[in-house]
Amino acid sequence: MARAIVNLPASAKRGEIIEIKALAAHEMETGFRRTQYGALVPRDIITSFVCTYNGVEIFSADFHPAIAANPYLAFSTIATESGTIACKWTGDNGYSLTESVAISVA
Amino acid sequence: MNARLVNSGPAVSCFAVLLLAALAFPACAADTVPAERRSGYAFMGRETRAIQDDDAANPGMLWVLEGEALWNRKTGPAGRACSDCHGDARASMKGVAARYPAFDKTRAQPVNLEQRINLCRTEQQQAKPLTYESKDLLALTAYVGRQSRGLPIEVADDARTRPFLEAGREAFNRRQGQLDLSCADCHDKRWGKRLAGNPIPQAHPTGYPIYRLEWQGVGSLQRRLRNCLTGIRAQTLDYGAPELVELELFLMSRARGMSFETPAVRP
Repeated sequence: MARAIVNLPASAKRGEIIEIKALAAHEMETGFRRTQYGALVPRDIITSFVCTYNGVEIFSADFHPAIAANPYLAFSTIATESGTIACKWTGDNGYSLTESVAISVA
Repeated sequence: MNARLVNSGPAVSCFAVLLLAALAFPACAADTVPAERRSGYAFMGRETRAIQDDDAANPGMLWVLEGEALWNRKTGPAGRACSDCHGDARASMKGVAARYPAFDKTRAQPVNLEQRINLCRTEQQQAKPLTYESKDLLALTAYVGRQSRGLPIEVADDARTRPFLEAGREAFNRRQGQLDLSCADCHDKRWGKRLAGNPIPQAHPTGYPIYRLEWQGVGSLQRRLRNCLTGIRAQTLDYGAPELVELELFLMSRARGMSFETPAVRP
C-alpha cells in the first residue's frame, strides 16, 4: 500500500502563505518490537522527507523510530510561482514514494 | 443520575423533580434513549477530532484511496471488477454501509459488509475470499463505508432480522467472562465515566472501519468487539462468527438514525 495524500490549495496569490499537508502510508516498524517467540522484528521506517517547489527544496525532515505509523506533516511556504510541489519520502528496504501536486499562482 | 436524587423530591421544586426524573430515566432503561445518544466522536479530545475532521490528515483516507483502486481492479477468473457490476461507488454504494448487517435470503441470516464483499468475490468474481483484517478487505469496506458518510444508520428491523437482533440484544445484556461484565454494564450504565483514564463511550458503531490510534491502523468492528471480549476476559469469538454479526446488527439498530462517519478516527 504505497500511497500518500498531499494537500495544498490549487491556486494562490503571489506572496501568499500556503499550508502543505503530507500524509504517507507506512507501518513505521520501530525495530524494537519482538514477536511472540522473542525474535526481533527488523526496523522498517521512513528515514527522510523532502519537499521541493519547482525543484528547489523548501522543507525537509529526518524521521526516527519513535514516529507513529502513517506519518503526517503540515508546514507552510510562500507561493512564489506556478508549478509543482513534490513530496518525496525515502526509507528502509528501498522505500521511495513521490507525490506531486500542481499549484497555480496569480 | 441515580434514584437517590429523585427520591429527595419534596425538598426541591416540582420542575427540578421532573427534570431529574427525565435525566434519571436512561439509567433504568434497557437501552440508552435516543436523545442521549452520542457518537464516540463526542468523547474524544480536540486533537483527535481534528484528525477525523480533515480528510488530508485522516489516515483512514489512505485505506479509502486503496479501496477505490481495488474497486476498479479486475480480479478472479471471471475477470470482473466491482465497478463492472456496481458502476461508480459514489452513486451505487451511497447509504449501503449504513444498512449493514443486512439479511441475506440464500443464507437465511444477516451478513455484515465484510461478508457481503466476500460473497460478491466468491460468487460473482470467482475470486478467493479476503481474510478478515487483511488490508484489501479493510480498504474495500472503508471505501464502501466512506460513501455513506453523513447519512443516517438504518438497518432493517423486520420479521426476518428480528430474531437475530434480539439474540444480539441478549448478548449485549448478558454478563460474561472472568470479570462477569455485560456490554451494557459499561456502555449503557457507565458511559461517560472513565476506565483506566479513558472515557467509556456508548458503543455506537458509527464509523467502522475505524483508524484507531492504538492500533496504528484501520480495523473492523469485529476486531473492536473481540478487543472488548478480551478486556472482560471472556472467550473471544472467531472473525465472522454469527454471534458477532448478531451483536453488530443489534449495535447498528441501537444507533439507528445516527450519522455515519467512516473512516472515523478513535484513540
